[in-house]
Formats: sequence, C-alpha cells, structure tokens
Amino acid sequence: MPDNQALYEELYRIRRFEETVLERFSSGVFYGTTHTYIGQEANAVGVLAHLNEDDIVFSNHRCHGHFLAYGGDMRGLFAELMGKPTGIVGGRGGSQHIHWKDFYSNGILGSTVPAATGMALGEKLKGTDAIAIVFMSDGTLGEGVVYESLNMASLWNAPILYVVENNEIAQTTPIELGVAGSIAGRFEAFDIPSKELDTSDVVEILPVAGGLIEEMRQQSQPRALILDTCRFGPHSKGDDTRDEALVAQMRAERDPLNIHAPRLSAEERQSVESEIDSAVDRAFETALADPEAEATLP
Amino acid sequence: MTTVLESLNQALHGAMGADESVYLLGEDMLDPYGGAFKVSKGLSTAYPERVLTTPVSEAGMVGIAGGMALRGLRPVVEIMFGDFTTLIADQLINSISKFRWMYNDQVTVPLVVRTPMGGRRGYGPTHSQTMEKYFLGAPGLKVVAPCALGNPGELLKQVILEENDPVLFVENKLLYLQKVMDEAALAEFESTEYLVPGEYPSYELTVRGAPPPVITIAAYGYMAELAREAAQQLAFEHEIFVQILIPTQLSFEDNLFIEEILLPNLERSQRLLTVEEGTLSMGWGAEVITRASHALGPKLQKVGRVAAAEIPIPASVPMERAMLPQVEDIVAAARSMV
Ligand SMILES: Cc1ncc(C[n+]2csc(CCOP(=O)(O)OP(=O)(O)O)c2C)c(N)n1
Ligand SMILES: [Mg+2]
Repeated sequence: MPDNQALYEELYRIRRFEETVLERFSSGVFYGTTHTYIGQEANAVGVLAHLNEDDIVFSNHRCHGHFLAYGGDMRGLFAELMGKPTGIVGGRGGSQHIHWKDFYSNGILGSTVPAATGMALGEKLKGTDAIAIVFMSDGTLGEGVVYESLNMASLWNAPILYVVENNEIAQTTPIELGVAGSIAGRFEAFDIPSKELDTSDVVEILPVAGGLIEEMRQQSQPRALILDTCRFGPHSKGDDTRDEALVAQMRAERDPLNIHAPRLSAEERQSVESEIDSAVDRAFETALADPEAEATLP
Repeated sequence: MTTVLESLNQALHGAMGADESVYLLGEDMLDPYGGAFKVSKGLSTAYPERVLTTPVSEAGMVGIAGGMALRGLRPVVEIMFGDFTTLIADQLINSISKFRWMYNDQVTVPLVVRTPMGGRRGYGPTHSQTMEKYFLGAPGLKVVAPCALGNPGELLKQVILEENDPVLFVENKLLYLQKVMDEAALAEFESTEYLVPGEYPSYELTVRGAPPPVITIAAYGYMAELAREAAQQLAFEHEIFVQILIPTQLSFEDNLFIEEILLPNLERSQRLLTVEEGTLSMGWGAEVITRASHALGPKLQKVGRVAAAEIPIPASVPMERAMLPQVEDIVAAARSMV
C-alpha cells in the first residue's frame, strides 16, 4: 500500500493538473470543454491504489483524476486536451473520451456502466483474474441502462465494482431534484453488497475500497462503493450556480489535500509540492510545444 | 437585432404565456442556469409550475412527455445535446410517432423535442454530431429545423401551439448566436419565403441582381449560412450564379418542398447540390436528389452532395474542421458541376 507521502503525491498531482487546466483554459490552448476533479481526488486515489496489472477502469466525463491515479501520463492528457497528435488518443477524443492500457472513458452518461459490466464479465468468461471498476456520480443514476446492468451483473456474477462518487449535484441539478430514494437501496435491490463512506480522507477510503476489491477477487461478484464527496469547482468551466458560501464551506471542511497534508512533515510536504509543481509545468509546456494536429482526416 | 437564440427563447415564453397546456421538461432547466444553451432561460421563473427540471433520464422524460401529450397537454422537451437523441429514439420511433396511426387516428400526440445539434466547437465525438438523418423516415415523426431566415422563434411557437404530431426540432448550435436575418442583414441577397399550405416555410436566397441561377443548392439550418457565403464567392470570384433553397421541414410527409419548391426551380437550373452537416451516406441529400431525379429524369443534368466525412467527430479542432463540410467544399463542389 502507498505510504502517506505517496498518497499526498497522488492527490496533489491531480489537484495541480486540474488547476492548471482551469487556469490555462481561457488562454485558448485547449479545445472543447473540461470537467475537473478538484475536491474528489481522494476517491480515485483511495480506490485505484488496489488495482492489479490487468484490472479495468471505466470512467466518465470527469475522468482526469481517475486517469492520473491510474498512472496516466500528464503530458499525454494535456496534449489530448490540446487536440494534438501526441495526445493519448491522438486528439480524437479530447477531455472526456480517452483510453490508455486498461483505462477507458466516455461522455455519454450511463453508457459506461453496461460497457464496464461487459468487460468484467468478458474477463471472467475468458478465465482471467481481472476485475473492472466503473466510476459514476449521482446524476448518472437517472439513466435506466444503469439498472439493467446491475441486474445482469448480479445474475451473472460479473466481477465489477460500481463506484458512485456522490457529490450531490449533476451539472446544476441538486440531488434532491435528481435522485429519489436511497442510493445504497438501489444496489441492495439487486443483491449487490455495498459500502458507503462520507469522507474526503484518502486514509479512510483506502481500506474500505481495498476490502471490497478483495472480496470481489475472492468471490468474483459485483460490489458497490458509495463515496459521499464534494465537487469544489464548476461543473465544467464558469457554470457554478451554487451558493458561494456553501462551496467555500466545503473547501474549508472537506479538502482531501488539507485533510491528508498534516500526516507529512512541513519539509516533506514542501518538497512533494515543489517537485510536482514543476512536473506539471513541464508536462504542460512539453505538450504545448508538441506539433499541432494537421487539418486532414484522422 | 435578435439572435436565433433570443428568438427561440422568446418563442418559448410566448408559447407558455399563450397556452397553459404547454409544459417544459429537460435537464438543468431551472434559473439562473436556464438549460445548457440558455434557450430556456427565464421560463422556470415565469412559469415555475410548468417547468420540470428532470433527472439525467432522456428516454424516461421523452416517454413521460409522450404520455402527457396523449392526454391533451403540449409538452416541450429539451434534450441537452442532439447526440443524446439516440437515447430517446425508441420512445419516439416505436411509441410516440406510432400512437396516432396505430390507434386509428383517434389520438393526437402534440410533443415537441427540441435539441441543439452540430459540431465546430471542439466538443468531440459525443457532443458534436448531426443526428437528424437517423430520424428522417420514421412515419409519424416530423423533423423541423430553423435557419437564420424568416422567424425561427415563430416557427417554434407554431410547432408547439399548433402541431398535433410529434416533432423533432433541430437547432444547430452555431445558429444560436447568429442574428436573425432581416432585409438589411441580407444586403447582397434577395430572399423569398415560400409558404405552401401543409408544410413549414422554405426560403430562397439569390445574389441580388444576379443572372438566372445555374445551380440549385438545397441546404438547411446552419448549412444555409455556409451556402450563403459560398454563393457569394461563386458569384464574385467564379461568375457561377446559384440559388439556395432552404426548407425548415426536413421530413417528407407530403413531399411539398420537393414538388412545389425544388422541382420548379430545378426545371430552370437543371443542377442540384445538397449540403448537410451529417455524414454523407443515407443522408437527407440522398433522398432529395433521388426524388428530384425521379421527377425530372434526364432534365436533371448534374447532382452533387456536400456532407461530413464518414468518421466520428474528432475533438481536435483542425481535424474536426477537415471532416465537416466547409464553405470551400461547397464552392469546389459547385465549380465541378458547371
Ligand atoms: C446521456 C447524457 N445526458 C446528459 C449529459 C450531459 N451531462 C454531462 S455531465 C452531466 C451531469 C452529470 O452528473 P453526475 O452524473 O452527478 O456527474 P458529476 O458531474 O457530478 O461528476 C450532464 C447532465 C451527458 N453527457 N450524457
Ligand atoms: Mg454528481
């Protein structure tokens, strides 16, 4: 398991990457739009620390944090956002449609859930030990195909972990207007065991995610993990309709970096931060210097 | 001057004010947000009880709106991105558009689904597509697309308040910030509105004072804007004079756009070029050309199509530009026809 310093590095890398994306967006270097992971870093880091070599991760529109925690390359992702041929999918996918090794993401909400379930089932049918992890958030629980997938995953014992990062908001729609009933109850209805955590502390998420994943590996069955979390930034860019005081309070109380930082000495923390600051800058500058896409058919 | 977006927003306000049976459903509809593209801004404040902000449940909300329409309401659904119309295709095609005919014309389903379509903003493969061709040819479903000519808002209002069949109302994203073209804005162009009873309006554009056109360009939505630029270049740089015919009704229930508007014009120009932003194969243009060719036989001397290349839409803007139809593609296609 990663030690406290390694965990902080992971958290801080995601944070700096995403802040850089937001800071640089207005200068026109990126195409399209972006959805940042700021505030939710502990989820990706705590869950994906337990991956084995061939395990599968399927992410959504808010995929940068998952990708980086998976081990993804910052320059490749920056270049992808810039639409460059050096991007991880050659500039075709942009911010929300990426793939590298056993990591995938897609921008159609809900569509990822059957795909990931099928991957888990496929690996099982092939006789490998790989499991799949799919990330979604509260809003995606609106899509019917999610429930069709849960049913089949349970019937057919697909080794998949459904992670619901419940930030209690979908774009601008608060959970009260988007999700009726209980989230855990949704999984219970299909006999899929779940755990729920209301924390932004990576050290709390780590063992719970680890336990579920261990059970899945033993029993080759689906599991669910509901992580109550906070989205600090806008949904994409400049489209936050929430009360500013509320967001400020979240930032004060639920920042995964502030929660974890005291476990490092001031010097440790400083050296991690300055090292990563320059790594992020380097990745950005390298991507920026990469050649532009040609105006020809990909 | 009014933008297309303002015109559509005013139309929604007007329709809700005019008829209490009009309801709006869609994602993130509440003010101050007012929908992802702001077409629905102000409505939840003005009519809080008739604007239903929905969960992320496209199939469900359209199915539910269909049920409301069957029972006499006039629901309007906003689908946040046109790409997501695949999620509602089953509700629209297998149920909603069939109800009236299947129940022996004893019911009506006045449902409007409006949605922004199209690329050119770098949104990538799942937020940039032009999907209407997949819905053209579903019996009982009308597909309507405003352009920057005439009055796009009035068209939407008419569809909401007067139509008794389900309508997919396709709004190209790049039209939103475009000004609605009045006489002054049209400057070098002459425009004619065709109003054939039983069909939504069509428009004709020609360069003012030009000799008779030798090519008829058929285009709709934002493609009409590109065709207009191309027409100018063709006239002033290549002395090729074209007319642009722009339907707002894309589905061919009664074939009126073809018979009453396109064919008489083609008799004269004898050349037909279609322009659409969707991919080429099995598209709207293919159908228009087939019908024209059936009617005119050898009198239709030349045909051409401009459309997107048959790949998904890349996020990278230079690559996206290369695969979507551009003004220069229209110019090149027209030049190759004379
Ligand atoms: C099928 C579909 N419908 C709508 C959207 C537009 N959209 C993108 S993200 C989003 C909100 C998603 O909320 P949630 O699932 O809670 O994820 P979060 O943004 O909180 O991470 C919406 C409505 C989409 N991408 N796909
Ligand atoms: Mg959410």
